[in-house]
Formats: sequence, structure tokens, C-alpha cells
Amino acid sequence: MVQLKVNGSAHTFDGDPEMPLLWYLRDILGLTGTKFGCGMALCGACTVLQNGKAVRSCSKQMSTLAGAEITTIEALGANGPNPVQKAWTEASVPQCGYCQPGQIMQAVSLLKTNPKPSDEDIDSVMTGNICRCGTYQRIRAAIKEAAKGAV
Amino acid sequence: MITIENVSRRGFLQGMLGASAFVLCVRVIPTPLLADAVSGLTVDTTAFHPSLFVGIHTDGTVYIVAHRSEMGNGVRTSLPRILADELDADWARVKVIQADGGEQYGGQDTDGSHSVRDFFDTMREAGATARLMLVRAAAQQWGVPESQCVADPVHTVADKNSSRKFEYGELAAAAAKLPVPKKEELQFKPASAWRYIGKPARGFDVPDICSGKPLFGMDVRVDGMLYAAVAHPPVLGGKVKSVDDKAALQVKGVKQTIPIDPFAPPHAFQPLGGVAVIADNTWSAFKGRKNLKVEWESGGHTVYTSAEFKKELQNSARQPGKEVRATGNVDAEFAKGGKIVEAEYYAPHLAHASMEPPVAVADVRGDKVTVWAPTQNPQAVQDEVAKALKLKKEDVTCHVTLLGGGFGRKSKPDYAVEAAVLSKKTGKPVKVVWSREDDIRFDYYHTVAAMYMKASLDESGKPKAWLQRSAFPPINSTFAPDQFYGDDGEMAMGWSQFPFDVPNFRAENCKAEAHIRIGWLRSVANIYHAFAVQSFANELAHEVNRDPLDYLLALIGPQRTVFTGEAEKDTAEKYPFDTGRYRHVLELVAEKSGWGKKPKANGSGMGIAVHRSFLTYVATVIEVEVDDKGAVRIPHVYTVLDAGIVANPEMVRQQFEGAAVFGASIARTGEITATKGVVNQSNFNDYQVARMNDAPFQTDIHIVESNAPPAGVGEPGVPPFVPALCNAIFAATGKRVRELPLTRNGFS
Repeated sequence: MVQLKVNGSAHTFDGDPEMPLLWYLRDILGLTGTKFGCGMALCGACTVLQNGKAVRSCSKQMSTLAGAEITTIEALGANGPNPVQKAWTEASVPQCGYCQPGQIMQAVSLLKTNPKPSDEDIDSVMTGNICRCGTYQRIRAAIKEAAKGAV
Repeated sequence: MITIENVSRRGFLQGMLGASAFVLCVRVIPTPLLADAVSGLTVDTTAFHPSLFVGIHTDGTVYIVAHRSEMGNGVRTSLPRILADELDADWARVKVIQADGGEQYGGQDTDGSHSVRDFFDTMREAGATARLMLVRAAAQQWGVPESQCVADPVHTVADKNSSRKFEYGELAAAAAKLPVPKKEELQFKPASAWRYIGKPARGFDVPDICSGKPLFGMDVRVDGMLYAAVAHPPVLGGKVKSVDDKAALQVKGVKQTIPIDPFAPPHAFQPLGGVAVIADNTWSAFKGRKNLKVEWESGGHTVYTSAEFKKELQNSARQPGKEVRATGNVDAEFAKGGKIVEAEYYAPHLAHASMEPPVAVADVRGDKVTVWAPTQNPQAVQDEVAKALKLKKEDVTCHVTLLGGGFGRKSKPDYAVEAAVLSKKTGKPVKVVWSREDDIRFDYYHTVAAMYMKASLDESGKPKAWLQRSAFPPINSTFAPDQFYGDDGEMAMGWSQFPFDVPNFRAENCKAEAHIRIGWLRSVANIYHAFAVQSFANELAHEVNRDPLDYLLALIGPQRTVFTGEAEKDTAEKYPFDTGRYRHVLELVAEKSGWGKKPKANGSGMGIAVHRSFLTYVATVIEVEVDDKGAVRIPHVYTVLDAGIVANPEMVRQQFEGAAVFGASIARTGEITATKGVVNQSNFNDYQVARMNDAPFQTDIHIVESNAPPAGVGEPGVPPFVPALCNAIFAATGKRVRELPLTRNGFS
């Protein structure tokens, strides 16, 4: 039995303790904004915030999440558009868009710890998030734009 | 032939738009009416067959149907905006509706970079028709001549002689009662009056994407749905010998296992067969599959081992093959001797690896099937599901979701057929989810290719004769037995088309056998053909100590049109291969990139390449930095393109920025290999694609202003990238890359 908070709401999980958070969010809670990309923490499509920090939900087993506070893309703009989401929209970052919730969550996490990241900072943190459409240049620009506002 | 009908009185879309809404349908092909033309809505007539349509609600909302698939190509934005422009509609009040699969739309297979070029005129006509009817409705109500009414400002018809005006919504009910004007009555806006065409705009779905809305196939949830993972035979054509599913069934959440029949050759779009694990969530299905013990009978394709096949393929390309195109007499010219240059190139298989792996939901109820799929080709979903379940095509409804990337993979509906087969067997809706390992191991791969090139040069260094041979397992091997040669389509992709001013030329294609599924991948045969041709041109320039740009310009020679290849015969008049435009993009990219003007630093270099594909002319210059360990960095890419009229320059820039990253993936690490018929790669650890730090740091796109008809933009950015990069690496290091990827050449 695992008790955790997802987007501010308390939940109890008593399924397979090996189930990754990703599939709990997607299949059990129906929060499909968090995407499945690789299942091995290689691509970042499944990135969510655990206690404010970016983690790969595909590789976080439910048994390790007692007391965790999880934030997904669905809650990010709940109180008005998040500056990162706003910057993403303004810069017209997405092409297919599938990886973008993960990219956005990773960027939010980056800006929390490093409000004015350099190009190198951005590259080193965002390099774990693959975009097959190739939107990296716009992602970098959007993060810099978001950094200009208060995140 | 396009006809437009006023269907407002037929109840079409009434559920959404209300009884007095104004709805126009465009009929592209006169085929019999099927049913359920548009997602969730019912057509109540048998008299016509709607294709694209526009509807105007009495509240002024304009509904435009997107009948092509959105996978990052921007088609849900670019096509509707063409219609909205001619309609003088306010884009902020347009809602885009995704069409289901249906023959009434004509071809929906969204590949080959042809959505805008095929439907540009259709969308304009639909918009102009609706606008004229709104104007007529206003003129009638005011009792003034039509010429006194103007659709301006946006979303409004105004009386030029007074301050009277109607919003479109106010005119919808009246316009709905009017007959559809003839095409001759339509007045198309001049290009100077375009509101949206040629103006940048972001994608229609961007806000929803950024807030994590359930838009993709992977996000589909249907009440009572089961989840399935399929164990596929590791070798193409393999069959299940025995299954032990005891451990699988013990996994919490697993309900049952179900065999899926092997395909009857040719495999085409059929499922691969195997054993499915059915569970009440995705994770349990994956875990159950891991616990399956399956013995396979692998069949003849176990002969396929890439290292050995490479020799076979190279050997094939060294021998004379089928003549694809010839001018003059290369053999006679070669026999004269002189300076002869030869080179061989090799490009491996690639996997699509779209970020959303193949996934589909199917719900079979009696003899009706509903499928939700991220598909480039909903009509193929209908066809294949109908075939597999022995139903009629019209009994299969295919709702098209957003695609989390496609690149050609998702025009093959095998995964949707799996869902349908399993739904029928379980009696419940089933969602089939492919893991990344499934995606990489069981793709319809971009083929592997060997090219042999030979030229003889005159004293000035210009080729007098040019021979090129390619050998690759062709795409046709997927659809028919004993296919060993490329077809007209593959040949027209940079092989039978020859833009160089060389008097003696021959292109050949040599035999190659396929042992894994072969399919098309973003820009297809252009990838390896452009790699060989543009690398070889660069090698010749170096051979005679000429600047690569100057040499290319001399090769291209005077302005003229050249043979477009058999596959482009039908479009050759509208879209001739004009060496003037080809040359122009090259000259312009040289200017934009400062070609020949930048000081050369140690370990850095610039490379150049030009290629025409999907009717679009593209030239690329790449700057590289290579350190002493062979690590390659790509600080800058410059691309100039001439795609004729551009519907949405913002999306065109996105496509070409993305193509540079896609090209970087191909060039740096892209390689699929097989051992005894089994694909060796499985996930992003061993099939690496470009990440932010591997991708070009900055890609600048320049779009040539043109009044020529619109051409393709989704794919043509890819082909020149790889040779431009390899040419840059040669400039930086003196090392010639003749085999892809770079990791095979000591670079990282």
C-alpha cells in the first residue's frame, strides 16, 4: 500500500509494487499528458516532478513513492499559464508535440534550480529529453524566454 | 474534378452546427457515399459525397475539416488557413475538425510531402465559394447589388455605400439557402491580398499540446478497454513453435494470452503474428510478455547478417545492373582513358523511432469496427482491418488522432490490425501498445544501400562521363514476392534525375534481396542517392583542386530543364526540374553562409550540398568542428529552399530545422543491423538519435520568394544534410566519409 499525492490530491495504490509511476498515472489515474517513450529513462518523454524535481516516471517504481508529491503537466497551468508553457507557445516549439510535456516539465525543473541558465546549462540538462522532430533550437530559445520572466 | 455542394439543408453536421448553419462540402471524387464522414457525426443523405468542407455556425464559428494526418508536419494548420484566407475568416474563430478515414476524401495517405501541393487549389476554391455565398446573402437582405458588398473587414460582409455590415454568423442561415455558385463566378484573391497564405502562424494544436491534453493515439481510453502487448517473431516470417504462458498468466493484471496468426506472404501491412498478452493495464501486459516463453520457428531470413550482406550488396553495385537512365555513351567515353575517379558509398538501414511508438485501440462490435489510431493512412487501416476480419471496408471506422511523429512508419497499419484482431477475440475494446523495443526491432526499415560511382574528367576537371550504380532491397519487397530492384519512385528520388551538365551519363540499379520489412522513411531513397551524388561531386572538386561550390556550379551548367524521372512524369509540366532554381538555392546558401569568406580554423570546416526532392530545391551549408578525438560539433547550418508558394513560412522553417536534426541523427549514429535475421538494436541506448547536444546548435532557414506552384516541405530538408555534413568533415579533417554513420569512421 503506497500513499502519495498527485497534483495535490491524495491517492492510495495497492497494485503491483513494481509498476512504474508512468503507467499508474496514465492507465490508473487517466493522466495521459505524461508520455511513454522508451521505458528505460532514456528519452525523457515521461518526465514529471517529484517533490519539485524532474524524474523519469517510467523508471520510478510505485514501491519507492510513499509520501511523494508528484506534479504532472496537467497541473502545471492549473493556476494560469505557467511561464514555461507560455514561452513554449510563443516560440511555437512543438511539431508533433508528443515529447513536449516531458520537455516542459524538465525545463520547469531546470529553471527552479537555475533561473538564468546559459546555453551550456540548458544543453546539459535538456540533453536527456529526445525530440525526434528536432525542436531543440526552439526549446533553447523558449527556456531563455521563460527565464526572463519569474518562473 | 472538384464540385462543391451546399449541404446545409441536408442536416449534415447538424449536431454540431445547428439547423441553420451554413455548410459547404467539396467533392473531390464522385464515389458512392459511405457513412460517418466526420468523427462522431452522421451524414443523412446518399446524394453526395463530402470531402473537405467548411461550415459556419450561426455564432460565427467556422469549422474546417482537416482530412490529412497531423504528425508535426503542420497540416492541420496550413491547409485550413488556405481556406480561411480565401473565406476572409478570422483565424481565431476557426475550429479544425479531424476527418475520419473515408474514400470520399480521395487519398488520405499523408506522406510524400504532398498535402499542400495537392489541396492548395481545392482549399482556396472552397473558401472563395463560401465567401461569395455570404456576400450574396448579405446583398439579398439589403436589396443591393452584389458588387456593392465586400467581405471586409475579416469575418464580415460590409455594404460599401453605407455603414451596414453583417457578421458571418448572422449570414449563415441565409447563405445556407443559396445555390452554390459556379467556379467561373468565383473571384480569387490576388496574392497581394492574402491574409494567411505566406504569413507565419503557429500550429493550431500548440496550446493543447503544451497543456498535456489527450490528443495522441497513446492517450486514447475507451470504457472497458483491455491492454495488449504482442511478442512478435524475432525473424521476419517466423512462426510460433510452442508457448508456455504459465508465468505470464501469474502476473497481476494479466488476463489471458492469445496467438496472432502469422501473415501469408507478402507481409505488406499485415501483422507479424506472434502471441499477445492481454491485461488490465499496459504495464501488466508488458510484464506478462516478458514472462512468456515462446519457441519460434524462424524460416529462411535467418541468412540475414549485416556484415556479410554488406559485401554482397557492394558486389552487386560493382557489376552492371538495370539501366535506369542514360544519355550519350559512358562506356565509349571511359574506354578513351584519361582521368578516371571511382568511389563507393554505403548507407545502412534506419528505424523511424517516432517518439510515440505504434499504438492503436480497436472496438469490434458484431460486424462493425471502430479504430482509434495515430495513422498517416486511415483508409489503409480500414482496408487492412476489413481484410483481417473478413468485413467490408465501410464497416470499419477509423478515427485519426494526432500522431506523436510518423516519418513514414505510421502509414503502415499493422499495429491497428493487431488491435482489431484482439478485440474480436476478446469481445472487448483492446489497446495494443508497442514498446520502444517493439518499435525498433519490428519496423518497416529504411533500406540499406550501396552505391558505386565512376567519372572520367577532361583537362579542365569537368566530367565527360558519369556512371552511378545503386543496390538496395527495394520497398516493393514489402508488397510482392521476388522484388529485387527499385521502382520508378525510388529511381526518381535523385537517381534518374541528373541535374549536371555531363554529356555521357548512365544510372543503373542492381539486384538486392530484402530480409526484413522495408518501408519509406522521411525523404526515402533521396537519403542514400543524395549522399552518393553530392559526396562524389565534392570528391571530384577536391581531385582537381577546385572550390566545391564553384565546381558544383560548373557541373550544373546553364539554365535548362532536365528529365524528372518516370515517377514525376505526370507533374513534370507543372513542376519541371529547373536547373536555374537548383543553382539559385546553391548560390544563395553560399551567400548566406559566407562560403569561402570565413577564415578556416584548425579542426573546423564547411560543407555544401544541393538536392531537389518532392519538387523542392534545397541547398545546405554546414559548419563543423572536429576535435582531436574525433568528436563532431555542428555549430551552424544554413539552408536555403525554394518550395514555390509557401502556405505557412513558420511551419516550413520548423520542417527544415527539424530536417537538420533528423539528418544529424542519420549521419552521426543512424544504423540498424541484423544478425541471423534478428535486428540488433532495441532502444535509444543502442539506436541513438540526435539529442540537444548532438544536434546543430543553430539552423538558419531562408525561404526563396516564389510564385511557382507549392511543392513539398516535410521531407526535402533531409537529403542534402548528410552529404553537406560529410563534406564539411572532409574540409575539417581530410577524412572522407563513404560509409554511414560517422561512428563507423572514428567520429563521435
